[in-house]
Amino acid sequence: MTGAAMLARPLPHQPVLEVNDLVVHFPAAGAARGAVVHAVDGISFTVARGRSFGIVGESGSGKSTAALAVMRLVHATAGAVMLDGADFLALRGKALRQARRHIQMIFQDPFSSLDPRRRAGELIAEPIRLLEGLSRHAAAERVATLLAAVGLPPDAAGLFPHQFSGGQRQRVCIARALATQPELIVCDEAVSALDVAIQAQILNLLKCLQSERGLAYIFISHDLGVVQYVCDDVAVMYLGQIVEQAPAPEFFARPRHPYSWSLISAAVPAGASREALRRRHLVRGEPPSPIDLPPGCRFAARCPFATDRCRTEEPLLHAVGPAHLAACHRIGELEQPVFDTAVPALAQPCDAAC
Amino acid sequence: MAPILDVQDLTVVLKTPLGDAAVLEHLSFSVEAGRIIALVGESGCGKSMTALALMGLLPDGFRRTGGRIVLCGEDIAAASPARLRSLRGSAMSMIFQEPMTALNPVYTVGDQITEALRQHQNLNRRDALDRALAMLKAVQIPAAESRLRAYPHQLSGGMRQRVMIAMALACRPQVLIADEPTTALDVTVQAEVFDLLQQLQQEMGTAILLITHDLGTVADIADSVAVLYAGRCVEQGATRHVLETPLHPYAAALMAATPRLRLGTTAADPRPALLEIPGLVPPLGQRASVCAFAGRCPRADDQCRERLQPPLEEHRPGHAVACRYPGALADAVVASLAASRVGTPDAAPRRGGNDMPGAMP
Repeated sequence: MTGAAMLARPLPHQPVLEVNDLVVHFPAAGAARGAVVHAVDGISFTVARGRSFGIVGESGSGKSTAALAVMRLVHATAGAVMLDGADFLALRGKALRQARRHIQMIFQDPFSSLDPRRRAGELIAEPIRLLEGLSRHAAAERVATLLAAVGLPPDAAGLFPHQFSGGQRQRVCIARALATQPELIVCDEAVSALDVAIQAQILNLLKCLQSERGLAYIFISHDLGVVQYVCDDVAVMYLGQIVEQAPAPEFFARPRHPYSWSLISAAVPAGASREALRRRHLVRGEPPSPIDLPPGCRFAARCPFATDRCRTEEPLLHAVGPAHLAACHRIGELEQPVFDTAVPALAQPCDAAC
Repeated sequence: MAPILDVQDLTVVLKTPLGDAAVLEHLSFSVEAGRIIALVGESGCGKSMTALALMGLLPDGFRRTGGRIVLCGEDIAAASPARLRSLRGSAMSMIFQEPMTALNPVYTVGDQITEALRQHQNLNRRDALDRALAMLKAVQIPAAESRLRAYPHQLSGGMRQRVMIAMALACRPQVLIADEPTTALDVTVQAEVFDLLQQLQQEMGTAILLITHDLGTVADIADSVAVLYAGRCVEQGATRHVLETPLHPYAAALMAATPRLRLGTTAADPRPALLEIPGLVPPLGQRASVCAFAGRCPRADDQCRERLQPPLEEHRPGHAVACRYPGALADAVVASLAASRVGTPDAAPRRGGNDMPGAMP
């Protein structure tokens, strides 16, 4: 589909990105010849215009690799990535460069993702100059607008990255990502390195920009509280696969996969039921090697509910509710844990005058 | 119970060409055996400096100019370097944030754990190795025997942090300082590491000084909390008091800025607004003697901006605060900060553009 056709579809909730059966394998160093690391093993999801799609999971679950493959920063072994209906993975040369305008990325560490020897203004203008060929003057004007959009003063353009605080640096990264007026921004742990007060500033900025510009986000985070705050849809990854996916309110109300239960138990606020939840659902140990994968369910080795069937037969992602998918053989039999946060321990500050 | 560690009036300065810049100002807190005190606050508030000052490991240019650090009745602030060396790793020890950089990559795990044991407890190599093995088992490292010969890079992040804990607790210290011990770890591993720390602490009666910015962790395991802001303690008290009814506007705002997981029946409710604290912690050398938070506090008045910051004073039994308007203001701050951001994405002050520090030209 061409750019013109794309503009003709302003409907909300239209998919901006469709990922189909994406696979990323890396050759395994030091292992037997032909062995591969199954970093991402067949994931599919759709990101709608103006919505946020959250991906959660442990380190090594393939969250970041999936994002990099979508961005074409690592090579996808198989699968399709459709950006605005066009096959993004097949694009070459000029067409690829044009398409890249629509998808940008913000990284975890604003310290290492900005060139220390270049001023903020140049850093922000670089994508515009490369992709749009704007004049120096026009680029400077765009930079000023972008700086204002992310809440930085105009004179910030003349400063070097080390002259900013961490939160401000992340604002510069956001301005750079916005520069080409993308439809989708991939945020890979974009607020994980920030203090809570600054994290709240950046999260609110991202939400504010989203509602103004109709941006879509792929939001990767290990912090479920942050994901709940930002995301409309949530996918849980384990060892390269999506094991559960649902709209966020549904996911946090009724998580279905035992691995989701474990993640939630680890993050559940202190309260009466928490210890019991952790004892029952928090899994111990570490995931198996992504090189030699077990034959059945990849979570079976750590799952407290695993049966022989789980260890031999791989469960497929299937519908367990409206727009709710999960990959577990025992969904029907397992009793849903009661996650109760009606009385959070960190209550909103109130009745301080006692 | 007498406190194991009692810090009084700890003051640390950074020497600069323009004179001394205050880093920590009159910090006082104490912790008893088997208890956990948490130091919370943003980066730049002096949490890690406090830890380094206690360990006598302040970096070049930083200097302790006053205060007492009493460890088991001995004022270690006045101790000689040799005495400090004999205390570090035995009477008090520390777990650092980044287990990869805190472990020496060219020595095996066994070597690193036995080093402290041989140094402080005069154990021979064989006995020290036995103790190291017992420690690795105590921190629940599987296949502990073979891990003794492993190098740090051969272990996962969670395992490395367990090794750090084993090292820190090998000589059964009275005080353990844990500086953001789990920030580099996955959430499930974090929960395990904290469970483990708590369990070992119960067994050994170690007092823990936990440095963190994660209020969830504080709620989980700390007995008391000290909230630091710009090198000053602004609120201190039992965890339950401070977290449930924060008296200082900064403490209240910090809590309202933390996204809170809502599960089960509350998950589908509309998302509550996340409060943001505009601005930044004032940088070193730009901290006046007025309330350091006044610049970011929406309810600060002329008194706050002109008069000396009030000292930390007990507002109710066991709960002290350094604010001119304790408690009564905390609600108002949360309400007014929240009102300034709810809904309207185009409201002018929303973008928090006022977080440019004084460092900006």
